[in-house]
Amino acid sequence: MRFTLNVRRYDPEAESPAPYWREYTVDVPENATVLDCLIYVREYVDGTLAVRCSCRSAICGSCMMRVNGQARLACATKAKDMQEAGEAITVEPGGNMPVLKDLIVDMDVFWNKIRQVKPWLEPVQPAPEREYLVPNETILDLTVAMNCVMCGACVSDCTSLEVDKNFIGPAALAKAYRFVDDPRDEARQERLEELSDYGGVYDCTHCFFCVEVCPKDVAPLERIVEIRERAQSAGVENNAGTRHAKAFEGIIRDSGILDEPMLLLKSIGMNPVEQMKNVPGGVRLLRAGKLPLASGPFHHKIPGHGNVKRLFEKVEATQEA
Amino acid sequence: MLEHDVLVVGAGLAGMQAALHAARQGVSVAILTKVHPVRSHSNAAQGGINAAMEEDDPWEDHAYDTVKGSDYLGDQDAIEVLCSEAPETIIELEHMGVIFNRGSRGQIDLRAFGGQARKRTCYVADITGQVMLHVIYEQLMKAGTQVYEEWFVTSLVRQNDAVCGVIAMDLRSGELHLIKAKAVILCTGGSGRVYEPSSNALICTGDGYAQAYRVGAPLMDMEMVQYHPTTLPGNGALMTEGARGEGAYLINANGERFMERYAPNMMELASRDVVSRAEQTEINEGRDINGCVLLDVRHLDRNTILQKLSQIRELGLEYEGVDIIEEPCPVRPGMHYMMGGIKTDIEGATFVKGLYSAGEAACVSVHGGNRLGANSLLDTLVYGKRAGTSAVLYADGIPFADVPESRLQEDREHIKGILARNGENGERAAALRLAMGQTMHQHVGVFRDQAGLEEAQSIIAALKERYRNVSVDDKGKVFNTDLLFALEVGLMLDVAEAIVASALFRAESRGAHYRTDFPDRNDDDWLKHTLVFSGDSGPRLETLPVTITQWQPARRTY
Repeated sequence: MRFTLNVRRYDPEAESPAPYWREYTVDVPENATVLDCLIYVREYVDGTLAVRCSCRSAICGSCMMRVNGQARLACATKAKDMQEAGEAITVEPGGNMPVLKDLIVDMDVFWNKIRQVKPWLEPVQPAPEREYLVPNETILDLTVAMNCVMCGACVSDCTSLEVDKNFIGPAALAKAYRFVDDPRDEARQERLEELSDYGGVYDCTHCFFCVEVCPKDVAPLERIVEIRERAQSAGVENNAGTRHAKAFEGIIRDSGILDEPMLLLKSIGMNPVEQMKNVPGGVRLLRAGKLPLASGPFHHKIPGHGNVKRLFEKVEATQEA
Repeated sequence: MLEHDVLVVGAGLAGMQAALHAARQGVSVAILTKVHPVRSHSNAAQGGINAAMEEDDPWEDHAYDTVKGSDYLGDQDAIEVLCSEAPETIIELEHMGVIFNRGSRGQIDLRAFGGQARKRTCYVADITGQVMLHVIYEQLMKAGTQVYEEWFVTSLVRQNDAVCGVIAMDLRSGELHLIKAKAVILCTGGSGRVYEPSSNALICTGDGYAQAYRVGAPLMDMEMVQYHPTTLPGNGALMTEGARGEGAYLINANGERFMERYAPNMMELASRDVVSRAEQTEINEGRDINGCVLLDVRHLDRNTILQKLSQIRELGLEYEGVDIIEEPCPVRPGMHYMMGGIKTDIEGATFVKGLYSAGEAACVSVHGGNRLGANSLLDTLVYGKRAGTSAVLYADGIPFADVPESRLQEDREHIKGILARNGENGERAAALRLAMGQTMHQHVGVFRDQAGLEEAQSIIAALKERYRNVSVDDKGKVFNTDLLFALEVGLMLDVAEAIVASALFRAESRGAHYRTDFPDRNDDDWLKHTLVFSGDSGPRLETLPVTITQWQPARRTY
């Protein structure tokens, strides 16, 4: 079957290096993957095309790239599923990481974030003579996170990372969950505190892209939410993220509608220095009309807010049951 | 100047294990790998790792199954080490963080695997190798071991009868460097790409075999090439033996469980050489479905499939469009593993001073003529540790060698030569590799005979001749993967030559090596290892005796 690929190329050794597009047409078997197409190009059409690849079966995580605009493993993506009538399949390097050459990105960014979460077991001491005894249900849950092949698809398409380089990011947080959830790990509390800090689990904006692009169903966002829940039930609350969540809940419960200035104040906490730091931002928001002060400086309950309250009570009752 | 007491080449399980254990002794250790460590092919091991974990399972029984599986070609002293150290190795891994699946008391659960009299395989769903590789890499990050990531060894440096470093290319910059090392440990894995098709990753190009061979270290039992019974026809991807361990059937075009004619006791769980030969016989005699037989798990519990065989379900869906819950999946024997490799002793030392090896790159020999499923992960860890430890002992107290600048220049000139060649008159490395791979599959596969092997020998010789004119499109320095592939193909042709020469030499059938012109095992003449050296006029063959401790060779039936 014939496929046309439009590949974003980059040669760092060109006289004035700049990305450019090159189109390739390949004749490959009908069930060929996008990686098969690229290998065909490299082997028989244009050997200068640089791409990382190895296992061809979605376990080594080498060939993450954007196909038709979304991060995928090229070896787990059928060309015919990507081909739309009359259009070429677009192939680009992954995002949020600097391009080194063609489809090869610099993964140091990725690995530095992984290292940040101290990605190794701190085994509970004293170690038993034999294996630690662990219920199989826990192992099955851990297996979901261990399924990660470190391909970087989630990092490539993470919208939080795009604007906040300090965010630890979906892959490293999913990796962290693997330790937080492991009963053999001794550093759980310490991990939960660090992960709840600036750059950690509360910096995720819930865009769900990581869940959508993950080729191994690790669902990083779900792991992030689980870390938050574990942190809060472990009493890790002295951070902006938890305060924000609690303030949000409290304001809605009391008035039925969000009070943004109050939310900001409560999230920052009773720290005058931190509060002062946010004044310029507040002024800018006000000027841009993003702070709803038009209705007056005082926050009012919405009509029928008693229903909101009852909703809260109902949910809490089911949770307790 | 780059120098390390111990330099490990390759960062799969064997390499990282060697580096961790070497580093614990306080010497300077680095790993050099052509891909990031977690991209290594240990990832692909799905089913598990064997160890006699239960009270009523003495390690000697595991050793006996391994000896029998090897068709009595395995060295029994090495097998005793492998099996007796297995349980402590599993516990060490578990304490590092490997999440083995558990039984009802929370203890490590065991599954059945081929060629073994009882359940003995520890596992993590069907991603055992991946989990182990990632966990051991976690330990490497914790230890802060230096990794030359995406570097490629172009040659080993040998002076005064000892290996004393490597010449290697930093793929990111394209620059060649000399890295001095008092000891070098080759953990470069197998050479699946010498065959087409193969279950192996694209990086499995047998670099270490060829590099060791070129500096005078002999390769042992290279004719012993394992065909795995269940690989996908499309891309050669592996469907774990764990499926048969969980109870899967193999059926032919007539819907018959044909293994009852070949291995009435063990059926689908006979050793891999036996099952692959049975499948190939069914296929050759016309009871096939488009060159395949069928792997059938439909009678298994849905949850078993979803929890324990989820990855192969994905592979079936992804590459064959078959949901194994609903339909049987076509499979065929596919080149999978090299039992042979760089000859080492039980401390990981090769015949050349300063050069060590472990894992699939090495041949200790624990697998002999046929490796049991789930013994390879064990091999990487037990012998990775031993190679790491003994390399430190060797390196202790000896000075770094003086290596002349001209040695680096040799490799520079070689690469310059390839880059300078005009693409239009040159040979494409991909075409050479494909011809080599198809030749090896056709003539040096499940069934072999003298005429076919001689044919293969002359084709490989012709390809080596054509390779002298290999050229590349990419003339740049940064990530020149075109050049890298051309260098790999050069190494693979040497490996192919060694395999064919060894297969021609062994005039009997044993384990994975089945000669239709010598269909019987011949213990009188061939209860010995083949050893192949690189000679001036091609491969030179010798033999070595097999070490037998407590298990005398006997007829092998399953």
